Amino acid sequence: MAGTGPTLRVEGLRTHFFTNDGIVKAVDDVSFEVDRGHALGLVGESGCGKTVTGFSIIGLVDPPGRVTDGRILFNGENLLTAGEKRLRSLRGDRIAMIFQDPMMTLNPVLKIETQMVETVLAHQNVDRSTARQMARDAMGKVGIPSPDERLSAYPHQFSGGMRQRVAIAIAFINRPDLIIADEPTTALDVTIQGQILFEAQKLCREAGTALIWITHDLAVVAGLADRICVMYAGRIVEEGTLDDVLDWPIHPYTRGLLNSVPSQKKSGERLEQIPGMTPSPLNLPPGCAFKTRCPRADRACDAEPELREPVPGRRIRCFHPHTQGPS
Amino acid sequence: MTPIIETRDLSKRFVKRLDLAARIAGSLGADVREEVVRAVDRVDMTVREGEVVGLVGESGCGKSTLGRMIAGILPPTEGRILFRDVDVATMDEREGKRAALQVQMIFQDPFASLNPRMRIEDIIGEAPVIHGIVAPRDKARYVEDVMRRVGLDPDYRRRYPHQFSGGQRQRIGIARALAVKPEFLVCDEAIAALDVSIQAQILNLFMDLKEALNLTYLFISHDLGVVKHISDRVMIMYLGRIVEVAATGAMFATPNHPYTQALLNEVPRLDQRRRTYQPVAGEIPSPLDPPSGCHFHPRCPHATRRCREEAPALREIAPGRLSACHLNDST
Repeated sequence: MAGTGPTLRVEGLRTHFFTNDGIVKAVDDVSFEVDRGHALGLVGESGCGKTVTGFSIIGLVDPPGRVTDGRILFNGENLLTAGEKRLRSLRGDRIAMIFQDPMMTLNPVLKIETQMVETVLAHQNVDRSTARQMARDAMGKVGIPSPDERLSAYPHQFSGGMRQRVAIAIAFINRPDLIIADEPTTALDVTIQGQILFEAQKLCREAGTALIWITHDLAVVAGLADRICVMYAGRIVEEGTLDDVLDWPIHPYTRGLLNSVPSQKKSGERLEQIPGMTPSPLNLPPGCAFKTRCPRADRACDAEPELREPVPGRRIRCFHPHTQGPS
Repeated sequence: MTPIIETRDLSKRFVKRLDLAARIAGSLGADVREEVVRAVDRVDMTVREGEVVGLVGESGCGKSTLGRMIAGILPPTEGRILFRDVDVATMDEREGKRAALQVQMIFQDPFASLNPRMRIEDIIGEAPVIHGIVAPRDKARYVEDVMRRVGLDPDYRRRYPHQFSGGQRQRIGIARALAVKPEFLVCDEAIAALDVSIQAQILNLFMDLKEALNLTYLFISHDLGVVKHISDRVMIMYLGRIVEVAATGAMFATPNHPYTQALLNEVPRLDQRRRTYQPVAGEIPSPLDPPSGCHFHPRCPHATRRCREEAPALREIAPGRLSACHLNDST
């Protein structure tokens, strides 16, 4: 493992989909990094490109989509030029992904034990009984009662929350360096969500795993992440530390998003809403993609805003940012 | 304020009937029984005129089933529903129809709740014409008025649902409900499927409509932030039973029932940064086989023997405040 650099550095990533109706720039010039033992919240609404970013890192983009530009440096190694064989050996071992729907991870016709033991044997030189022991421990860690019995069950015998915990146990079993979690708790109830967040947090702290938590829920990120990237229409529009972004959002979109969350305001008052809706990715307005919904937009926004760093550690893509101060 | 909707001992049981093979096996002495889910278990509740009541609970707690019975689209197994002090089961056909129109429902999924083969003007305009609220020749103008009211451009009235985004479709669903001039709306997770910025738009619309049309809402949601924002009172449900009822401020400031406390504690909040999660132990039990006594006792940190044996009644612990917990007896 490479020494001191970040676990993951994404530079100028572009993932485009070449559809019959035109080119969809799902991810367009996205850069960020995640350090060992740290959690990055990748936040945005449907269609902003947050999931495709995750898929691009782990090499799961299917045609008509293609990564057209950029570098993805994992412990210093560029995954985009690594071969499929190398990616296979990394996936499930050093890099794991947790999906919103746990049935994307689990095979419905195999016992949980088979699936977990396979994950270990594919990457580690241990015998079957050691692998089984590791599977047992991993199940216990994510809070599944009586793991011995549960190992011989099939996925359909588990509830949704349990399945997601199994999926997380599989993601964690080889103690990966990087976990990409794509809305893993969105479909779950609050009390179950709390349990999953608890496990993720614990394993991240104890194993030094770097975590990318992809979500639309700012409140979940608030409890978990160190840094936040806010995405809109395929681009990062604002990035900074958790406290900076949540307390002093300077991009009009981030500010609008935070003001739309009900808990911010006193009960019964009107929420400040962002007018309109996300533009179609096939038909983005030229210049800043947010300008049609932005209260601060003017003619300057017809040009494309560059990602700037007004203060160290804070990046923003806007011509008319708010000054730093409470929202 | 007068009650607009009341329920008394309202229950809904879903029974999985035995198939032929199981019945034969049963007659030969095998231990097969019908599986019964008590989705809603003897619920007493009241919604007063002009109020917004939030109904909160996790999946499978019966909140949607309760909402559907109140909206009249699911018959109760037992118990009574009173609309303006009259039992809906005893109403004659004309009265019943009138009461049914007064209670409308907004559904969660704006993709599944609109007929894809109908134009917007028919989705919104069909019911008011059939029920004689508007004459057929005035339908177009009426539909335009309703569309404007919910923030839709009337020029789109000839379009089909698939030509709209999720937020706009939810507006169509709201327009359809409002077109028959109801007094009471049951909103079942009405904004859960929408993006954050669109949620705010629809929440604002609900608040504006309430003011303008003097509506009463039963707002069913699992999202406590949303419920806190819009509701005057909140009811918490767990496995078919209401466990706590309180004014919104009181509920969030001093939750009484251990389940409410756990639930409020779990909700991620923007102002809690990098918190250490302390999850509630265990899963929501299967409603097929709910725990004895208080349904929450296997997960409750304060459970005693009495909690395992005896179901606590929902009773008043302070003016306007109800809770179903034995712990209130000992203090």
